[in-house]
Amino acid sequence: MGSADPTVADSTLALDAMAEKRFGLSRRDFMQFCATLATTLGLPAGAHAAVQQAVEKAKRPSVIWLHFQECTGCTESMLRAEHPTLERLILDVISLDYHETLFAAAGHQVEAARKAAMAANKGKYLLVIEGAIPTRDNGIYCKVGNKTAIELTRECAADAAAVIAIGSCASWGGMPSTDPNPTGAVGVNKIIDKPVVTIPGCPPNPYNFLATVVHFLTFGQLPPIDKLGRPLFAYSRLVHENCERRAHFDAGRFAIEFGDDGHRKGWCLYKLGCKGPETYANCPTALFGDAGAGTWPVGCGHPCIGCTEQGVGFAKPIHTLAKVKNVEPPVSYPGIVENQGKGVTVGAAAVLAAVAGAAAGATAVFSRKLGKSNEQASAEDGKPQDRTGRV
Amino acid sequence: MSTRREFFKRALTGSAAVAGAAVCPPVQARSNAQISPDAVGLLFDSTLCVGCKACVAACKRENNLPLDYNTPDDSPWDLPLDTNARTFNVIKAYKDGAATVKDAEQGGYAFMKSSCLHCVDPSCVSACPVTAMTKDPVTGIVQYDADACIGCRYCVAACPFGIPKYDYSSPTGKIAKCELCRHRVKDGHYAACAEVCPTGATLYGKVADLKVEAKRRLALKPGQATRFPRGNISGGPDRSWEGAAARYIQRTYGETEIGGTQMLKLAAVSFEKLGQPTLPDRSFASQSETLQHTLYGGLVLPLVVLGAMAYVAKRNVKPAGEHDEEVRDERA
Amino acid sequence: MSVHDHAMPAPVGGRLANPVTVSCAVLIGVAIAVLGVRFVSGLGSVTNLNDGYPWGIWVVADVVIGSAFACGGFSVAMLVYIFNRGRYHALVRPALLASLLGYTLAGVGVLFDLGRWWNFWHILWPGYASPNSVMFEVAACISLYIVVMWIEFSPAFLEKWGLHDARRKLDRMMFFFIALGTVLPMMHQSSLGSLLVVMGTQIHPLWQSIVLPLIFLISAIVMGYAVVLFESCVAAAGYRRSIEMHLLTPLSKIMLGLLGVFLVVRFGDILIRGALGRAFEPSLQALMFWVETVCFVLPFALLGSEGKRRNPANLFLAGVALMLGGVLLRINAFLIGYMTGEGWNYFPSVPEMLVTIGMFAIEVLGYIIITRRFPVLPREDHAAAAAH
Repeated sequence: MGSADPTVADSTLALDAMAEKRFGLSRRDFMQFCATLATTLGLPAGAHAAVQQAVEKAKRPSVIWLHFQECTGCTESMLRAEHPTLERLILDVISLDYHETLFAAAGHQVEAARKAAMAANKGKYLLVIEGAIPTRDNGIYCKVGNKTAIELTRECAADAAAVIAIGSCASWGGMPSTDPNPTGAVGVNKIIDKPVVTIPGCPPNPYNFLATVVHFLTFGQLPPIDKLGRPLFAYSRLVHENCERRAHFDAGRFAIEFGDDGHRKGWCLYKLGCKGPETYANCPTALFGDAGAGTWPVGCGHPCIGCTEQGVGFAKPIHTLAKVKNVEPPVSYPGIVENQGKGVTVGAAAVLAAVAGAAAGATAVFSRKLGKSNEQASAEDGKPQDRTGRV
Repeated sequence: MSTRREFFKRALTGSAAVAGAAVCPPVQARSNAQISPDAVGLLFDSTLCVGCKACVAACKRENNLPLDYNTPDDSPWDLPLDTNARTFNVIKAYKDGAATVKDAEQGGYAFMKSSCLHCVDPSCVSACPVTAMTKDPVTGIVQYDADACIGCRYCVAACPFGIPKYDYSSPTGKIAKCELCRHRVKDGHYAACAEVCPTGATLYGKVADLKVEAKRRLALKPGQATRFPRGNISGGPDRSWEGAAARYIQRTYGETEIGGTQMLKLAAVSFEKLGQPTLPDRSFASQSETLQHTLYGGLVLPLVVLGAMAYVAKRNVKPAGEHDEEVRDERA
Repeated sequence: MSVHDHAMPAPVGGRLANPVTVSCAVLIGVAIAVLGVRFVSGLGSVTNLNDGYPWGIWVVADVVIGSAFACGGFSVAMLVYIFNRGRYHALVRPALLASLLGYTLAGVGVLFDLGRWWNFWHILWPGYASPNSVMFEVAACISLYIVVMWIEFSPAFLEKWGLHDARRKLDRMMFFFIALGTVLPMMHQSSLGSLLVVMGTQIHPLWQSIVLPLIFLISAIVMGYAVVLFESCVAAAGYRRSIEMHLLTPLSKIMLGLLGVFLVVRFGDILIRGALGRAFEPSLQALMFWVETVCFVLPFALLGSEGKRRNPANLFLAGVALMLGGVLLRINAFLIGYMTGEGWNYFPSVPEMLVTIGMFAIEVLGYIIITRRFPVLPREDHAAAAAH
C-alpha cells in the first residue's frame, strides 16, 4: 500500500493476505469488488479503501433472509452477480445464517439454526425479507414452519439491527398486491414499526442490495433513504433522466409500435408506455441484474414497467402513458410572460432629454423674445401690435 | 376660360383616373368571416401536455429553422423565450408558488402551446397591404409569402396573439409563423407538432371534428377513464390511449374569440393565467374592413368629396396672370 | 387692411452656409451613417424594435407624426381655396413647402423602416395590393399626394427657371390638383388613425375607437394650422422679417374653433364608450392622456381673447402646445397605449433617435435652401426691409 511506515504496511499486507484467503479472491479482484460497491454507493474517491478495510476487518455480520409471497427472483438475481461471484460473497462477506433457497438443510433443522443465530447475534444481525406479506384472514396464506409471515416478520425483526426489504413485493406488496389483492399482500413496513430500507425492483439490481449491506458494514448505519425507504444512492433519479434514449424523447422521435421503423432505430419508448419518466431507479446507469453491457429493459427495446415505483409497477397497465415527473417549470420552460425587448437606457434617455430640453429651452427663449417685441411695438404704437411683430 | 361643361368633363376624367389608380373593388360592410367546412386546425389540451417539447423540436426540424438564441443567460441553450423568427412553436409554463402539482392554479403548474391559432377572420391577413399574408380558402391555413412581403410588420402589430414575428437580425428579414406544415401535406403528412405529440395534447384534424372532441372532453367527469386520440383525428390509424379526464375549465378557447380560431385550447387552469388574451366575439378584421369600405367602398365617398372640392376650387382659383393679384380676396 | 396683402413670393436670398445649416448637415450625415448600418445588418442592429413593438419611432415619429406636421399645406390650401379665404394666400406656399418636405421625407422614411423595402412597389401593384388593408389606403394616398404636392408647388420652380408657358398651362389645371390636394390628405390622415382599429383590444380604450379616423383627421388639420403659426414665427425670426400677424391672428381664431370641435369629438367619444374611468387609473397611459389633453386645452388659455391672439408669443406657444398635443396623441395611440402583451419593452435606441433627428434636420435644411433660393416666402414690403 506504499506506506513508509513498515508496521502499517505489514499489517495491511497481513489483512490483505487474510482477505485473499477468506474470500478465495485475488487481491486485484477484491479491490475491484470494493471499488464497485463504493461507486454504486456514490461515495467519494478513495472510499473504496474504507470499504476494503470494513469488509476485511469486520466480523461477518449474521444475516437472516426470509421468503414470503414471491418468486425468488431477487435471490436468483443475486446469485447471478458475477463481480465477483455472489454466492462466495454471501458465504464469506456475510454470514448467511438462514436462507430457505440456499440452505442445504431443511425442516426443523433450519428453523433451529435461525433461532440460534438470532440468539447469538441478538441486536446485531441483519434481517432481509423477500416477498410480500399476506394479511387477509390473519395471514394464513403464507406459512413457514407453521408460522405466518406476519408472526415470522415480527419475531425476527424484534432483535434485528436493521431490516432490509428486498424486491418490490417486500417493499410495498408488489405483484401479489395487484388489484384485487386476494391475500391482502402488503410490504414489510406495514407489519413492523422499525424503519425498513426497501430495495424495490423486480428483481432489484444486486449491487443496490450489496451496497446497502456494505454501507452498513462500513459506516455502522444504513444509507440515507427517501420517504418510501429507498436508498437515495440508487433511487433518487428518474429512469428518464439518465436514459440512453432520452435524446430521442427530447427530439420527439418515438417508436409508435413494436417493430416499427422508430423502434428498430432505437427511438424513445414513451409512446409504448415506458414508465421511465415516473420511475425512480438507477437502471440506466447500474443496468438491470448483472447480465452484461446494455442489458436492461429499455436497452433491449421494451418500455420500463416501473417495477421500483409503488403505484406504477404492477398497478398501471404496461402500455399506458406515464406521467412525466421531472418537469421543472422554473428552469427549462419559458414563463407565460417573459421580459423581452430593450427598454430605456441611460444613453437613450439622455438623448431624448437633451432634445426635449433643447426644444423646451428654445421655445421659452423664443416666446419671451416674441413677447418682448410685442410689448415694445405696443408701447411705440400705443396700441396692441397688429401686423409687424418684429423679432 | 373654361366652361362649366369643360369643368365637369375634366372632373370626371380625373376621377376616373383616380379610380383606376386605386384598385378598389366595391366591397361593403361585413360581419365575421365564416369558417370553411374543410378547415383544418389543432386541438391543444393543456392537461395532456407533459412538457416534453417534442413538438418544439419537430417544428424546428420540419421547418428547417436555425438555432435560437433568444434565451435568458441562466438557462440551457436553445430555449427560446417565445415564438420568434427562428421558432414557430413554444411550450410555455404557467407556475405558481412551489409549482409541484400539475394543472393546479395554486401551487401548481400547467403548460400552454404558443403557435399560430389560424384565426377564422385573421387580423394579420386584413392588415397586410400586399397580400403576403393570406388565408387558404379551403384549409383555412393562414399562410405567408415572403416574395410578396414588404416587411412593414403591420401583421406583427395587428395580431392579438402576438404570433407573426419578424427577423430583425437580418437585412432581408422575413415574417415567420406557423403555417400548419402545409408544405408537408403533399407527402401525406400533417402538422409535425401533432404528429410527434406523445400524448395527443396537440391533436390535428378538421376543425369540425376537433370541436366535437373538445366538447366530448369537457363533458367527462374529472378522473373518468376515456380514450385520447393522438395524431390526426380526421384520418389515419387509431393511436388513442386510455387515460383519465382532467378537471377541465368549461370553456374551449378559440371557439368564439375574435370570430373563432382554427386552433382550439382546453385547460384546467384559467386561460388568462395561461396568457390567452380575453377577446370579443366580433373580429377586429371585420371592424376595420367595415370602416374602410364604408369610407372607401367603390371610392364613392372620396369621389363625391373630390368632385365638390374641385367644383369649389375651380370657382376660387383664378389662373395666374402677370402677377398673382387676381386671387379673389374676400374682404370682410 | 392693405390691398397689397398678397405680396408676390420671392427668394429670401443670402448665404446657404450658416451655423444652422451646417449643424443640420452634420446631423444628416450621422443619420445616413446609421442607416448604412441598418441596410447592411438589419433593423435590429440599430433599432430597439422587437416583436412586441414592431413599430417604433421611425414609423410613429417619422411617418405618422411627420406627415401630420406636414398638414400645414393642406390646412391652409383648404382655407384659401375651398373656404375662399384669399387673404391667407401668402401663407400657402411656405406651408406647402413644409408639407412637401414633410411628406416626401415620410415617404422615404417608410423605406428605411420596411424590412423588405425592395418590394415596396407591391403596395400599389394590382395583384399584390390589398384594398382591405388600411395600410394600402395610407400608402396609395400618400404616394399620390406627394406627386400632387410637387405639382402644386412646381410654380415656384417654374417661376425661378422662367418657364412661364408651362406655368400658365399648369395654372389652368391647378384647381383640380388643389382639390385632390385636399381630398387625399383627408383620406390618409384619417386612415393613419384607422390603422389602429384592426389592432383591437391591443390599443388602450382611451385611444381605441371606431371614430379614430375622425379624431386623427381633425387633429391633423389643427396641427396644420399650429405648424403654420410656429413656422411663421420661426421663419420671421430666422430671416429677420415681420411676422404676418394680420394673417395669423384670425387664423388662430379659426384654429381655436376647430380645436373646440376636436375636443368635443374626442371627449364625446370617450364618454360614449364609457372609457373615461380608465383616465383615472394610476397608469402611465392615464398620465399621458392627461398630458396630451392639457396640450390640447392650453391654446384656449393662451388665445382666449382677441388681445392675446395679437401677441405673437401666445400664438407661438399655442402653436407649440398644439403640435405637442398632436404628437402625444399619436405617440400615445401607437406606442404608450399599445398593449402588446405583458413583458415587452421598447424605448428607442440612440441610433434610432439619431435617424429621426436627422430626418427632421433634412426638413429644416431643405426649407432653408428652398426659401433662400426659390420664391416661396412673400416679398418683404420696402418699409420693413429698410428697417433691417
